[in-house]
Amino acid sequence: MSSQDITARAAPRTQRKWPAEVNILLVLIGIALVFEILGWIFQGQSFLFSWNRLKIMILQVSVIGIIAVGVTQVIISGGIDLSSGSVVGAVAMVAMSFAQVSTYARAVYPALTDLPMIVPLLIGLGCGAVVGLINGWLIAYTKIPPFIATLGTMVTVRGFAKWYTKGQPISFPTEGFAWIGSGMMPVVIFILVALIFHVAMKYTRYGKFTYAIGANAQAARVSGIDVERHLVKVYVIAAMLAALAGMVVAARGQTAQAGMGLAYELDAIAMAVIGGVSLNGGRGSILGTAIGMIIFGVIISGFTFLRLDAYYQEMIKGAIVVAAVVADVHRQRKRRKTS
Amino acid sequence: MVSPRTAAAIDRVHAATQRDGVLSISGIRKEFPGVLALDDVQLRIRPGTVHALMGENGAGKSTLMKIIAGVYQPDAGEIRLRGQVVALKSPLDALEQGISMIHQELALMNWMTVAENIWIRREPKNRFGLIDHAEMTRMTADLFARLNINLDPRAQVSELTVAQKQMVEIAKAVSHNSDVLIMDEPTSALTEREVDHLFAIIRDLRTRGIGIVYITHKMNELFEIADEFTVFRDGKYVGTHNASDVTRDDIIRMMVGREITNMFPKVDCPIGDTILEVRDLTLPGVFHDVSFTLRRGEILGLAGLVGSKRSNVAEALFGVHPADSGEILIDGKPVTIASPAQAMAHGMAFLTEDRKETGCFLTLDCLENIQSALITRSHVKNGFVQQAEVNRLAEDMARTLRVKTPNLQETVENLSGGNQQKLLIARWLLTKPRILILDEPTRGIDVGAKSEIHRLITELAAQGVAVLMISSELPEVLGMSDRIMVMHEGHVSGFLDRAEADQVKIMSLAAK
Repeated sequence: MSSQDITARAAPRTQRKWPAEVNILLVLIGIALVFEILGWIFQGQSFLFSWNRLKIMILQVSVIGIIAVGVTQVIISGGIDLSSGSVVGAVAMVAMSFAQVSTYARAVYPALTDLPMIVPLLIGLGCGAVVGLINGWLIAYTKIPPFIATLGTMVTVRGFAKWYTKGQPISFPTEGFAWIGSGMMPVVIFILVALIFHVAMKYTRYGKFTYAIGANAQAARVSGIDVERHLVKVYVIAAMLAALAGMVVAARGQTAQAGMGLAYELDAIAMAVIGGVSLNGGRGSILGTAIGMIIFGVIISGFTFLRLDAYYQEMIKGAIVVAAVVADVHRQRKRRKTS
Repeated sequence: MVSPRTAAAIDRVHAATQRDGVLSISGIRKEFPGVLALDDVQLRIRPGTVHALMGENGAGKSTLMKIIAGVYQPDAGEIRLRGQVVALKSPLDALEQGISMIHQELALMNWMTVAENIWIRREPKNRFGLIDHAEMTRMTADLFARLNINLDPRAQVSELTVAQKQMVEIAKAVSHNSDVLIMDEPTSALTEREVDHLFAIIRDLRTRGIGIVYITHKMNELFEIADEFTVFRDGKYVGTHNASDVTRDDIIRMMVGREITNMFPKVDCPIGDTILEVRDLTLPGVFHDVSFTLRRGEILGLAGLVGSKRSNVAEALFGVHPADSGEILIDGKPVTIASPAQAMAHGMAFLTEDRKETGCFLTLDCLENIQSALITRSHVKNGFVQQAEVNRLAEDMARTLRVKTPNLQETVENLSGGNQQKLLIARWLLTKPRILILDEPTRGIDVGAKSEIHRLITELAAQGVAVLMISSELPEVLGMSDRIMVMHEGHVSGFLDRAEADQVKIMSLAAK
């Protein structure tokens, strides 16, 4: 073999590839256009040019979007988190019980009413951190597959949520606490969370270690990364973001129920996967997940707009997730062939 | 009674089998991207003999066996089975045509019983079309009785010892009534008594007329069990002889008789003080009492065959899998190395053996790959990685090492093996190591990149870096090292100075 062959093989396509997010953005635009056209045909009005509709759409997905940011970094690290929906329910209950007004006679803790908003907020985040610690410890140190470990906490934490008030809903929060769910606050919180983690994933050790572990945990270890400790951090952050989402939901509805957040984890995973986050780890971005979230929202509000049954929505949602995973697997296989 | 014509046909096949062997292959060629694994290779297995395959690591034995077992398809050449030219399209195809292989890493289903494992796909059925477990157990017992194996057919495979699993594999192969049985280092995990039992079974199979291909590194086994042997070297056929006609030294000479070209630009440089001293490093069951010293500017070659546990010693030194006992001294002071981070704090760097498994982050780009070790220790300010600075360092290093890629944002999975290796070396050089451990630094990369990496190692040594270089290529070890340490089955079997070392001396220490 001559040295020319060698250089020829080492120099692949010189054309610079655009970032993967561009493709996802194109998908988003395509789907939006389809609904726009269908809108004019079947409803005689525009789908996109309705400020109100867009506002409702983004509000609908923002809460799950907060969870999806956490889930994204878990998936990039090569894992999965199924417990986030249960954390939403449990933290909604716990935080709300510390956020009740004194004028309500049947408060859970009558002695602890009218507390400043920061108290239930910190308690809620703390609860999330505990669940995250359990997840992370199980996964990093006992080497249980993330799927099983978080499936276990998913069931257990949901059970805790129901036990907390023996199934009774908790209502009447202080104005301060209700504020975090009011108006466009869920969207603002989502944008803040997404920005912080976009920066963290790209420009800090935390993010770089997460990608490295997801790409090749063995190589990460040899590079001097404490893989176990880092994984615990990743799961703690994911659970804390789910906790935050739980409090936003409770504050918005001004009530907490043990069944809140049911199946949110699946929607969050779906957003990440639609946004190009690879279930094999090491690939994806917060920006991609944000676009995935909007795709998700457009599809749901698009179906509502077209007055399609909610049952269809569910079925289509499932199909889209499977399609996104198939696309990812297909991409990997193609890559493996070319390399 | 058979008709005269049938009888004549049987005679013809029989005669052909005697002449050509039950399996005869010729002109086999197999190329992998960048490597010619087999080049015009031949082999002939006579029925009722044990035929040993010998050769260094990477000589092509395993590739050839995978071709015979139908795992790989040859690029050229002919395979004759019982005199007929055959194509072996898959392992199942090879099995059905009478070739069984017992893989080095056993391929049994752990959570099924012994009998289920043996008769899988061929389970006896009862009249309802369901699996007849009683019959299957009986058939297994019969088989075991024939082979003198003492095992319960209903035992679960996960509960068996390695040796017992090996027996199950052998029984499974025999149950297919194969004409050819391939064994790839079957004794590597067996105790002496178990080896004796295995050999008894092999001798029994031999008297039944089965042709046995036996891959081994162990000389004494060769003389104990083999009738004939064939030596390969660098993917080429060297020769076939009767085991009784040769001596151990003859075989070693056949295995290593290779030209040493002047592709190793080793320049002598001053060797300084001892920087690393290892005393009686032991990880029970893996390696024992490993002691050596390494000095500034010195390249210590570490040679040994597969199973010599060279890489495990390197992993212990770097804290990936720390040793249980023994001492590591750096600059004369005892140190504890329980993790790679601790090793790096002492100025160590470790290029691992397997680029894909423990080296590259394939989904990340070149810059991220080069920077991963550096940013674990430095270049973080106020929580942010100093990206501009580390990018500049990584780009400079990539340029110094002549990494060939259109741009450093390219995903590493798109690079050739040689360039991936250069990235990994760049990763470690950025950490400015004082002790550099290289495990197979040039495995699987093309000649051009190879000599560049050799030049680089020499330059590093000239700058005072102490290098421990594990290599399976004897010319590389001989060409690059100031001193050579040889390991055999987890023990250091000797040291050789650059002046006295040659391939035969290394192999004698490595093969014992």
